[in-house]
Amino acid sequence: MSDVLVVIGPATSPLRKADRAAVGFGRAAAGALGGHCDVLLVGAGSAAAAEESAALGARRVHTASGAGLETYTAEGFAALVAAFLDARDYRLIAAATASGSREYLPRLAALIDAPMASDVLAIESLDDERAVFTRAVFVGNLLASVELSGPRVLATCRASAFDTPETSSSKSAIEAFAPPPGATAHDGKRFVALHQAKSERPDLKEASIVVSVGRGTRGPADGIPLCERLADAFGAALGATRAVVDAGWLPNEYQVGQTGKIVAPELYVAIGLSGSIQHIAGMRNSKTIVAINKDPEAPIFEIADVGLVADLFDAVPALTAAVESRRG
Amino acid sequence: MKVLVTMKRTPQRDARIRVHRDGRALELDGVKYDVNPFDELAVEEALRLRDAGAGVDEVVVVTVGPEAAQPQLVSALAMGADRALRVDAPEDLDALQIARALRGVVEREKPVLVLAGKLAYDDESGQVPAMLAGLLGWPQASQASKIALSAGVASARVTCEVDAGLEEVEVTLPAVITADLRLNEPRYASLPGIMKAKKKPQDVIPLAELGDFGAPRARVIRYRPLPPKPAGVRVASVAALVAALSEKKLI
Repeated sequence: MSDVLVVIGPATSPLRKADRAAVGFGRAAAGALGGHCDVLLVGAGSAAAAEESAALGARRVHTASGAGLETYTAEGFAALVAAFLDARDYRLIAAATASGSREYLPRLAALIDAPMASDVLAIESLDDERAVFTRAVFVGNLLASVELSGPRVLATCRASAFDTPETSSSKSAIEAFAPPPGATAHDGKRFVALHQAKSERPDLKEASIVVSVGRGTRGPADGIPLCERLADAFGAALGATRAVVDAGWLPNEYQVGQTGKIVAPELYVAIGLSGSIQHIAGMRNSKTIVAINKDPEAPIFEIADVGLVADLFDAVPALTAAVESRRG
Repeated sequence: MKVLVTMKRTPQRDARIRVHRDGRALELDGVKYDVNPFDELAVEEALRLRDAGAGVDEVVVVTVGPEAAQPQLVSALAMGADRALRVDAPEDLDALQIARALRGVVEREKPVLVLAGKLAYDDESGQVPAMLAGLLGWPQASQASKIALSAGVASARVTCEVDAGLEEVEVTLPAVITADLRLNEPRYASLPGIMKAKKKPQDVIPLAELGDFGAPRARVIRYRPLPPKPAGVRVASVAALVAALSEKKLI
């Protein structure tokens, strides 16, 4: 058994950057095993995502949609993948770390009785007997090498740690998978509503530049609009600390940190945020980190590549003007 | 009706965790432990559901681990939980083994709801609650920032913090729900609470009573600190910042 299955669910069109990176992870794993990487697209968006998925260098792309999969649920998706795996041999089943996979992949691990590693950063060793992955523990302060035993293992992979594969000129075969009737039924869970802030800005997990705001901005009537203008000048996504979300200044989906999103953009501009351990865990791998804070002792300066001790209410408008004129 | 809260002990948040010289284990001598902060949110929520007087009348906390984990159970009792259970087990069980042990406890206790923190502060894998739900065949709701039980405790309306925003779902009970940071603010144990805790029932279940467990299939074989980051530069003005970013071709 030396093949890898990358699960993308719910499948979107275009594919999320994280899901493309997961295919990169899957292909690297398949390379280490001397086997193939297949992709399984799950959910109502599967058919639309198939074409793009088929250009990522996988052997086969399977699509699965229909009853029980119209909206994402951990119960339906885990059951679907379990049904898919029933007659197929895969050494590794992987998915990008996301709020969905954080719940459906461990559920699947229980259904198929196989061990799992969460939010993997690197493959240390992978063959038919042993699987060793690197992951971060203790709020991202330590690296642990996790060894998974057994013929079948699972992993979620951190999107920012893996390269998305280049578009392949050869197309993967595309096949629809129809689960046995009733396999994905999940009477116990009903989707009610999704409350999502509407924004023209890039998604926090997709953007190459993030402008992130902390409590020092003093809120939506004060510093946050200044930072939003900076974000717009950069064409950046907006991020936030837990304190800002707790205060209700920005919605939860903007939170960067141990318990929010973990991002690694080309440029991360941290404004009026002191840099708690939990926040740093969410952004320390950004390629360039800029910090603007009036407190010279703020921990964020310890990991910033470029630090400016200044009052953000002066510095941010000045920086915005400079970016606007250069990009203009 | 009973709510079962699963919990883990984790090193105190400000503990400095060092890697043992041989790289294989952590230096944990002298480290102090707390209830995993995320599990504390789950304990608090269970207490609120009980105290709302809408059908939940007992809060039972359970941990899977060695005797050293007992004080954290007592902390939960001091907060107001009614009864504590410890499945006596070695510390190195993997997530699936812990989930199987908890399934055994669920089958004995028959709770209407299992609450857990969404992840453990130290390991951060966050697998056990979803694995437990899978083993039980129960619905699950994760990263809850709000939980409302229906009249008659037949279902729960849960607001979940997901990547896209806030998702509202309804789960029929029994179900497994994990707590996120904004679910509530856990109470401090009061002095009377601490005194009462010692008199509350604390039972121990040997792991072997819950099944055959074998060897863990996930284990950490090595720890290492993060590679150090090269020091950054301080600039004295916005103009200098712009120049630095321009040099890196970011502007």
